[in-house]
Amino acid sequence: MAKTVSFSVKDGSVTGAMRQLLKQLLEKKLVDAVLVPLELPSRENVVQSLVTQPEAMGAANPLAPVLPVNTANIISKMTRLASSEKKVAVVARSCELRALIELVKLKQASLDNIVLVGVDCYGTYSVPDYKQFAKGTQAPGDEFMKGMKAGKADSRLREACQICEYPYPLIADITVGLVGSDFDKEILLLANTPLGEQVVDGLGLPGAKDDGRKAAVEKLVTERVKRRDEVFAQTLAETKGLEKLTSVFSPCIGCHNCRDVCPVCYCRECVFDSSTFSFEADKYLDWASRKGALRVPTDTLLFHLTRLNHMATSCVGCGQCQEACPNDVPVFRIFRLVASRVQPLFSYVPGRSVDEPLPLTTFKEAEFQKVGFE
Amino acid sequence: MSDEKNDGFEPTIVGYLCNWCTYAAADVAGSSRLQYPHNIRAIRVMCSGSVDPLYILRALFSGADAVLISGCRPGDCHYVSGNYKERRRMVVLKTILETLGLESDRIWLRWIAASDVPKFAATMNEVTAEVKKLGPNPINSAWSV
Repeated sequence: MAKTVSFSVKDGSVTGAMRQLLKQLLEKKLVDAVLVPLELPSRENVVQSLVTQPEAMGAANPLAPVLPVNTANIISKMTRLASSEKKVAVVARSCELRALIELVKLKQASLDNIVLVGVDCYGTYSVPDYKQFAKGTQAPGDEFMKGMKAGKADSRLREACQICEYPYPLIADITVGLVGSDFDKEILLLANTPLGEQVVDGLGLPGAKDDGRKAAVEKLVTERVKRRDEVFAQTLAETKGLEKLTSVFSPCIGCHNCRDVCPVCYCRECVFDSSTFSFEADKYLDWASRKGALRVPTDTLLFHLTRLNHMATSCVGCGQCQEACPNDVPVFRIFRLVASRVQPLFSYVPGRSVDEPLPLTTFKEAEFQKVGFE
Repeated sequence: MSDEKNDGFEPTIVGYLCNWCTYAAADVAGSSRLQYPHNIRAIRVMCSGSVDPLYILRALFSGADAVLISGCRPGDCHYVSGNYKERRRMVVLKTILETLGLESDRIWLRWIAASDVPKFAATMNEVTAEVKKLGPNPINSAWSV
């Protein structure tokens, strides 16, 4: 049972309260550093930053609805060579935490001395949309949260967010509960692990109840799932079959941005960057003469299918692939759809637990017996 | 002559055969003059578990009409669990292809032990006959993939 405490919100500014809360983590030396998005002086964007000075928290804005980089990638890069003895709080959204858990299982990130602070998430805008939005307001985080609380439909939300079934952290040491809470007045902190409890106890906050949260989360998830299934149906209609698929992928220029930003695309060296698929000119001419014509560069569909084979079991649906595509290939839609069919085969939910093995690293003796005709 | 639409079509089938089981069965089938179709292009691999889905896709994108992966019976893998892991990979690969409306029935997984020599010949007959019914792999004639 999670221990729940309340952090009071002053002047109705939930962003201000988040800043105070994170500042106290540093002031009370509960952690040595906090990884959190900071607002740039221009206020046009927020960028994830490692904060060590409490004063710098004045610019923190973890509620600004934008996700420039999936934090899982940042932690992976930070801890790949060695993790630190210093304690770092990582403030992140559900999709970032789930991706991070997958990377931990892939041995590409470490949670040593990391305190996961998961924030309830109503969704994010694309970076350009956020810039437009931030120009028109003094307090982008607060304004966004108010709109969401009022239940306003927001077409600026990225599609990945509109269809996300996890607006709450699936895994975190501390959950910052916002959905269903009265965040004009208070933020709920749920300590889910002994480590989380240790930090929360250090803040010395009064206990609270999270009565309304569960129902509010469920309502939000139901809406998202409905929208998700609509998007899946539409995606199937638009992409299914070789002809449609080659057409959908035809604007792909092979930049591999989708792969580079994907938090769970795990190969240290991608086979598509190696010389495996470098052929002499005669090989291309052979293919061309057999088919009559050959699209070059080749292997567009093969690239995407290979990526699916590698990461469909671990796709957390963060949608960063879509943001990175220069030509609006619906990569997110296709990958999310395929993942929704692949993951249930193994009753696997990526990012749910560090202890559940990755589906492709394990097996059961008695399963899928029809595949190989036993 | 029969008037079936795929009459005369001789499929190219790439077979990734496990060194310890199916490849040995293929060897014995050959030396004991057991007839099986020549459509299969055998590639010896050390374990069915070493067959990356990319090898299968590469074959299907480069001229093969079907791919057969064949290894030791479950429980008999010489590397303990290679075939079990390959089975999971095949389930994933087939699910991906089915979701996207690509033909997953061009990928065959079969467990054939070194001693299953008649089963080897029978499986080659079965795969070849079924792939003949499927007809040529459309990916091979699509120039824009």
